[in-house]
Amino acid sequence: MKTRKGIEVSIAASIAAKLARVEVIAAYPITPQTHIVEHLAEIVAEGELDAIYINVESEYSAMSACCGAAAAGARTFTSTSAQGLELMHEILFIASGMRFPIVMATVNRALSSPLSIWGDHSDVMAARDTGWIVLFCENGQEVVDSIIMAYKMGEDRRVLLPVMVNLDGFSLSHVIEPIELPSQKEVDEFLPPYNPLYTLHPDKPVTMGAYGMPELYTEAKYAQETAIINSKKVIIDVMDEFGKKFGRYYKPVETYNTDKADFVFIGLGSVNENIKTAIDDLKTQGKEAGLINLRLFRPFPSDELMSALQGKKKVAVIERVMPGGAKNSPLYNEIASLAFANRMTLKMENYIVGLGGRDVLPEDFQQIYNEMAAKEKAEKVKKDKNYTVMRVRA
Amino acid sequence: MAKPMDQYKWHELNVGCVIEEIGNSKEYNTGDWRSMRPTWDDAKCKKCGLCWLYCPDNAIYEIEAGFYRANLGYCKGCGICATECKPGAINMVEEQR
Ligand code: SF4
Ligand code: SF4
Repeated sequence: MKTRKGIEVSIAASIAAKLARVEVIAAYPITPQTHIVEHLAEIVAEGELDAIYINVESEYSAMSACCGAAAAGARTFTSTSAQGLELMHEILFIASGMRFPIVMATVNRALSSPLSIWGDHSDVMAARDTGWIVLFCENGQEVVDSIIMAYKMGEDRRVLLPVMVNLDGFSLSHVIEPIELPSQKEVDEFLPPYNPLYTLHPDKPVTMGAYGMPELYTEAKYAQETAIINSKKVIIDVMDEFGKKFGRYYKPVETYNTDKADFVFIGLGSVNENIKTAIDDLKTQGKEAGLINLRLFRPFPSDELMSALQGKKKVAVIERVMPGGAKNSPLYNEIASLAFANRMTLKMENYIVGLGGRDVLPEDFQQIYNEMAAKEKAEKVKKDKNYTVMRVRA
Repeated sequence: MAKPMDQYKWHELNVGCVIEEIGNSKEYNTGDWRSMRPTWDDAKCKKCGLCWLYCPDNAIYEIEAGFYRANLGYCKGCGICATECKPGAINMVEEQR
């Protein structure tokens, strides 16, 4: 029997990076940073990991240094949060466009202003279309497993893309959870050393990041887009292989109690644990609701989501970000477009929860269920706000 | 490049658009967008070579007798050479075309 031990999720994430034998870590101790890079600094300083730790002067430099290290052929890791991710924004596109399989643990937190260090998905949602593979984690074990899997996904020659592993600020990053840490031997067997396609080396000079003239830019971006779309197959293969090796099986889209229910919640990250609790509570009242958990957000798992939505009537899309003037929050918009393209008639509602660290309780989801169950006929799209902000004092 | 840029299909490009061919920037004629061109007054030239050194496009070459000229296929008319030339031997004139 494997042992699980109580450990802070941030610390476990840094141990996962160590188990992946990362060679270069570039990080900036911005507020808010987490114990992920702090503990990695200790691991490197204690000589437990043969890596170079670059203490850069900003998040912009952190991602830039990761790109440089990846160009030189190193397995590279960084972690950031909130404002730090936005400061990296420009370089996120460079990492994906230059096809560097950097792995970044993004601790999801609200963006200022108003100044906040608390959890929500404002940061990742502003960076969702940067050409990175984007994974979300429901609990600490998934964080550890995802970081290890991320290298195998991103470094695959058919992929060569950076991977962002998202974990919720505080509700995951700062809590102690029972986590099974694989042994170094097991991880080494699963994850071979990085074998880059191109490196910066004087023996074989190459040019990276050159000008893309109008005659070439479209083809270059088309090639990159094709790579991220095709990466889904590799992502699934890596998840399967991980399952066989470590006994924990993951899928791009996971479901909970969806067989019985024609009502489903769709959510991202740790909020899904509370949704599951709500689903269990509803069951004791004779009510059936299901959950569709998107572990993979980019590339968008359309096929898997479509099959999970078959036969469903009502969908509550739960998000932790303000639409910022859009009709709906990002995930809702994509599911609505998927449903429209497939001529599905779903009664969809969009709920904004847990902004800037506001508590999200299982009762909230019971309330959502009861509200939506009470409305029998599909309503017209609301004129101003086509979403509901939970717990806003009005 | 093995063929002109506008003939490449998306799947023919290297991953991340890496260029494996050394020095292929010479295939790119940066002189296309020039609006000013440098002209030399050899009578004022001290043959110091600063124009040659400062040109960001390596467009300046030495001619016989140690004077300098710009290769107009690459000179983009930035005027750096004229600014750096202390004796004022380089004059930027409007490009006529
Ligand atoms: S104008 Fe600029 S590009 Fe042209 S020769 Fe002078 S320095 Fe070089
Ligand atoms: S900088 Fe002026 S003086 Fe010096 S070599 Fe060039 S043209 Fe002649």
